[in-house]
Amino acid sequence: MTRARRLLAIAAGAAVVAALVFVPLSLGRYGLYILSLWSVMSIAAIGLNLTLGYAGQVSLAQGAFVGIGAYAAAIMTVDGLPLSLAVATAVALCFVVGWLLGYPALRVQHHYLAFVTLAFSTLAFLVFRNEEWLTNGVYGISGVPRPKVFGLSTTQPLPFYYLCLFTLGVVTLAFWRLVRSPWGRAFMALRENPMRALSLGVDTRRYTLMAFAIGSALGGLAGALYAPLAEFVDPTSFTLSLSLNLLMMVIVGGSGYFFGPYLGAMTAVLLPEWLRFAQGYYLIVYAVVVMALLTYSPTGILGILDRYLRDRSAKAASALRAAAGAGLPDETAS
Amino acid sequence: MTRVLEVANLRKRFGGIAAVDGVSFHVDEGEILGIIGPNGCGKSTTFNCILGQLAPTEGEVRLDGKVVTGMRPSRLNRLGVSRTFQLLQVFPQLSVRENLILAGQEHKGTMLSRLFGPPDAGLGAAADQMIGFFKLSHLADLPAGGLSYGQQKLLDAAMAFMAGPRLVLLDEPAGGVNPTMLADLKERLRAINREQGATFVVIEHNMEFVMSLCARVVVMAEGKVLAEGPPDKVRSDPTVIEAYLGH
Repeated sequence: MTRARRLLAIAAGAAVVAALVFVPLSLGRYGLYILSLWSVMSIAAIGLNLTLGYAGQVSLAQGAFVGIGAYAAAIMTVDGLPLSLAVATAVALCFVVGWLLGYPALRVQHHYLAFVTLAFSTLAFLVFRNEEWLTNGVYGISGVPRPKVFGLSTTQPLPFYYLCLFTLGVVTLAFWRLVRSPWGRAFMALRENPMRALSLGVDTRRYTLMAFAIGSALGGLAGALYAPLAEFVDPTSFTLSLSLNLLMMVIVGGSGYFFGPYLGAMTAVLLPEWLRFAQGYYLIVYAVVVMALLTYSPTGILGILDRYLRDRSAKAASALRAAAGAGLPDETAS
Repeated sequence: MTRVLEVANLRKRFGGIAAVDGVSFHVDEGEILGIIGPNGCGKSTTFNCILGQLAPTEGEVRLDGKVVTGMRPSRLNRLGVSRTFQLLQVFPQLSVRENLILAGQEHKGTMLSRLFGPPDAGLGAAADQMIGFFKLSHLADLPAGGLSYGQQKLLDAAMAFMAGPRLVLLDEPAGGVNPTMLADLKERLRAINREQGATFVVIEHNMEFVMSLCARVVVMAEGKVLAEGPPDKVRSDPTVIEAYLGH
């Protein structure tokens, strides 16, 4: 990256962060709820982006992990335990369950793996609905309290939004570090050519399990924030459609792109709001928009940007070659 | 001389067909051994059995006298055995440099130390050196998938050497590589063999390449070892001529 482009990227990043911090000051209760939901869903989608986008393992179970995290947080905080402990438990629990769910991925791949994870998703839903002693069944758990952070109450929408945004910020930095580390490289190797990776000493088994475990743990973290955000959990929030929705966020945003999940979650959470003018037709409009986008760019929103930048640099390079080939004096070539 | 690799009575059956049918040979330290034979005679299957990519039906593979039959490829690789593939096997979306760093990173430290260590696992300089050695410097930051076939072959070979292996199995390294690049590749292989004492086993159809690189050649046909010896002797062996030209 050139110096100018790096500065541009830093400026753009700073502008986005500033907007996320200051714009909500003028938003009402509902707007803040939507933005908090966006932060939470971004975290879950980032997790799925690791499993699917970076490591290439299809999963239709991310919604189930959000559910496991949400129920863990709801059950614990309603009992009077602090949210921090509940979050730690949710993350650890989902890490372990995600690790175990990774084992089938060592044997089956692609749509077969999708079916295995789909079955897990259904199983989790059945536990949420039927194990009344733990989850209160179809009635759900209401009155999930919002936590106090350093003595400050987050009962009001704005402080709770900042808690969600802060968590998203921490996840973003940690995830950035992860995908740039040798682990990130190994995950991508797993996606692109597992056999070659194996012959280069990459323990593909361990990395596959890790991709599932870390991705699921982020789903659990999102769930542990979702419960106090909605102040209520019930089984219908965590059906297969949540998993499909999260999958769509990753794909629409750009699977395997760092910023894909943020854009994908924005599309999934905000677009329905913007399409309210269409009233009863909004789902139809929404579906058509998504279909058109994915037909035009199967690699998602960031795929379009990537293609544009690559075209431009390819054009610049071929112009340089043409100038050099023709032997013309050209100051850009020297 | 120490024997780096010993293959004893290796057999691999697919259903009723024996693709490898009792193959035995050995490789001495620092040697460049060639394996030749008509298409479908079981050369690549032998490689895959040695490297743990396939489980042999019978027989033994010994590395430095220790039995390693059926060991996972990733473990064997960390013991210093590496390979190239007949078909292109690079990571197309990673850059040339990233491909090479990946090829070496699993040999350094533990999983935890890699997670918290530097992003290039301390291999950036080594990767650049390898890129220079294989004359790919101008392509270092391009995605490997955008390279020409011959360049990807060179990268594939470079990746096999990134972790400083003791034994490298090369599966048709010359296939599809143009003559200039081929001369280059031969020179690189010789240099690595001489300077780092790496031992090679080379499967190749390009006779000139094999004859000029290898001091000893194993000829395979129909899953069996047909002949073994110095290239000149093997080339004039009537059974070898028959296997290649038919009855």
